[in-house]
Amino acid sequence: MKAKVYITLKNGVLDPQGKAIEHALGALDFGGVNEVRQGKMIELDIAESDEAKAKSQIEAMCEKLLANTVIENYAIELIG
Amino acid sequence: MKSAVILFPGTNRENDAIAALEQASGSKPQLVWHGETELPKVDLIMIPGGFSYGDYLRSGAMAGKSPVMRAVADQAKAGVSIIGVCNGFQILTETHLLPGALMRNAHLKFICKRAALKIENAETRFTSKYDAGQVVKYPVAHHDGNYFADSETLDRLEGEGRVALRYCDDDGVVAPETNLNGSQRNIAGILNEKGNVLGMMPHPENAIDPLHGGIDGRGLFSSMVEALS
Repeated sequence: MKAKVYITLKNGVLDPQGKAIEHALGALDFGGVNEVRQGKMIELDIAESDEAKAKSQIEAMCEKLLANTVIENYAIELIG
Repeated sequence: MKSAVILFPGTNRENDAIAALEQASGSKPQLVWHGETELPKVDLIMIPGGFSYGDYLRSGAMAGKSPVMRAVADQAKAGVSIIGVCNGFQILTETHLLPGALMRNAHLKFICKRAALKIENAETRFTSKYDAGQVVKYPVAHHDGNYFADSETLDRLEGEGRVALRYCDDDGVVAPETNLNGSQRNIAGILNEKGNVLGMMPHPENAIDPLHGGIDGRGLFSSMVEALS
């Protein structure tokens, strides 16, 4: 089963890289960009084929390694 | 004082750590590779700076899950003193031996300079040779030193005297403009609840010889020797 994990900074955590991108977009005359938040996406291909089990496996991976839950949220998308 | 220095792939400040520990204690620390599951019996474990595992995923994330860090966590629980400098601080937060996280510097630049630091708590095994409020200068060299924790955690750290050092100016003034990297409340170093684990971004081991431009870092190592010998 393939999956994508999206890791983003929690609300309230300042994202200086997102801010820099926002300023750069403004400098390139892209108006109307109110806020940019940067994150990362991790693709996984795991042996488990049961959706519920796959999701709980990946959740454990996020809690233990993929995300730092002090500052980051994660979202899991199963692709099949 | 017997000590050990932990080595990860990408650690690069181990020789500075060894020199500082040897100068203060008179004995050479033992080097321990990241794959080890057992640690020698020592009074102090130092996790030096560098770029463990190339800072992949997040600074300190991979090292934080390595076999040796499980052993370090056991030693911390048993009361052994642990000091993590720079990448070592990042690793200690990733293993949850210290609260919070170190994020990208607020202005996004790598900082490499001598920093003025205010000793906030001089009643610890790491800082007893200094006076509370004293200003010391250690070098800093980091990209991810922006300390973040939620306000409840920050209040608890302050209330329990667990903020060890803060970024300040030469007169000891702690203000937004003396905050090098955007750290919450100018925090440069913190202690765990029991006071036996210290994490800090600045490098005291690079301020131990007049040729470094200053010897302010010696006090930290001699504090540890006095407390742990």
